[in-house]
Amino acid sequence: MRNRDAAYWLFLTPVLAALILVVIVPLIYGFYYSFTNWNGLGTPDFIGLKNYIDLFTDKGFLDTFWFTIKFSVAAIVVINIIGLSLALIVTSKIKSSNILRTVFFMPNLIGGLILGFIWQFIFIKVFGAIGDLTGIEAFNGWLSTTDTGFWGLIILTSWQMAGYIMIIYIAYLQAVPEDLIEAAKIDGANTFQRFRHITFPLVAPAFTVSLFLTLSHSFKIYDQNLSLTNGAPYNSTEMVAMNIVKSAFTENDMAYAQAKAVIFFVIVAVVSLTQVYINKKREVEL
Amino acid sequence: MREKWKLWLLGSIGFILAILWLTPFYLMIVNAFKMKRDIFADTLGLPSAWTFENFVQAFEQLDFLRTLFNSLLISGVSVVIIIIFSAMAAYALSRNKSKISSLLFFVFVAAMLIPFQSVMIPLVAQFGQFGMLNKAGLIFMYLGFGCSLSIFLYHGTLKGIPISLDEAAKIDGANRFQVFWHIIFPLLKPMSITVGILNVIWIWNDYLLPSLVIGGAGSETIPLKLFFFFGQYTKQWHLALAGLTLSIIPVIIAYFFAQRQIIKGIADGAVK
Repeated sequence: MRNRDAAYWLFLTPVLAALILVVIVPLIYGFYYSFTNWNGLGTPDFIGLKNYIDLFTDKGFLDTFWFTIKFSVAAIVVINIIGLSLALIVTSKIKSSNILRTVFFMPNLIGGLILGFIWQFIFIKVFGAIGDLTGIEAFNGWLSTTDTGFWGLIILTSWQMAGYIMIIYIAYLQAVPEDLIEAAKIDGANTFQRFRHITFPLVAPAFTVSLFLTLSHSFKIYDQNLSLTNGAPYNSTEMVAMNIVKSAFTENDMAYAQAKAVIFFVIVAVVSLTQVYINKKREVEL
Repeated sequence: MREKWKLWLLGSIGFILAILWLTPFYLMIVNAFKMKRDIFADTLGLPSAWTFENFVQAFEQLDFLRTLFNSLLISGVSVVIIIIFSAMAAYALSRNKSKISSLLFFVFVAAMLIPFQSVMIPLVAQFGQFGMLNKAGLIFMYLGFGCSLSIFLYHGTLKGIPISLDEAAKIDGANRFQVFWHIIFPLLKPMSITVGILNVIWIWNDYLLPSLVIGGAGSETIPLKLFFFFGQYTKQWHLALAGLTLSIIPVIIAYFFAQRQIIKGIADGAVK
């Protein structure tokens, strides 16, 4: 199929048209809008870097950003530890392995919005009931403080995503050759040593994939945030994705929201690329 | 003997974790069957009297059949279009090894890095100007957002399909489209299932994009309708939980019948 062939372009037209109109043109326009005072209607005036300068002195936005970073770091650590542990359990020769996979993966099929509502019920009503029953104060008011709201979000995200990450680790764990493990056993290596020196290095590429996925997933979280805490109390559990949507469609501050969105894009792109680069390099050395 | 003991221990840990994993669903379902006062009086226990009344009310309030139909229509059409057009594009790109092909492939893959929020505002504004904030517009947007990963996945599979197959069919007088449709596309079937599963999961569950594109009464998808429903009944947990349970049922049924393919699809999609 040559470039000159009509067929070549005919095959590409539908997706090219969609990508250009849905992603590329809005991306370019968005970049332009971020330098204007556009309010969603009418013609925008060019105001240079003002939106960006305002952004860096906007305490609300900076707090949101900091909260998102803290959340992402904690989520990545917790999800990967649980995900790998689940994978190790279900790839051992236990009989219930298939049922367990099905169960652990289940939350991923259900939308973040619904999961958030389910956990809202648990944190408010069920935790409250447990608190009343046991008299332990710590169970009460989970979605009404910043700290417990933070951990509420972590619990929800981990419950949802650990099963997904488990699938990735399983795929790599199953590729570890059985005879290598057997050989190490004969040489007298214990379970921990076998994991440390054989399984772990061979599974290293799974870390690249799962770190990448958990990072980009947790950094861009919106639905769960909206349905679990909706930013409460006082926007202190609001993450960047939600902050952008709010300032665009609730406060109608389109150009300013778009400047936030550009910063968001740059950070997501830089972090993702750096992370893939570092992990690829590390893999080669192993 | 030690080995056996170890397996028993792992099995028990797995069992406990599975119970823990299912507890949120259990609490949701059990409480959806309770009278309002029962939820307040005894959240943790089983209902003193099981009632279906909450489900009947939630079913009506959610306009459930229509909402379900909207979700099925939008996800179904979007995914079919994504599968066919992404496979065609990936085929063209993989069979033509020119600079322009590698550039286009790079652009498609790079688009995966763009978070939705960074294109959302101009996207809605522009589609609004052309009167495209409707179901058709939404499906077209899903093609735009879904094609990147899909093309990437198909491209990987196509590299393994020998070009001599194309040539043989061509000698038999088939044109490009016939070669694709009769020879290549059937060979891509396993990948099409993966691509379909990956896309249907996010499109079915997507909230933000439909909320910006199809706000109108009667055209809401399940997440959209549920959001308004929940806001309306915040303090009425018995109704809210029945609504949540109802909306999860289609997914659980689908999972029950296709769990093998779903988990395999996720694994294939994630590893490539």
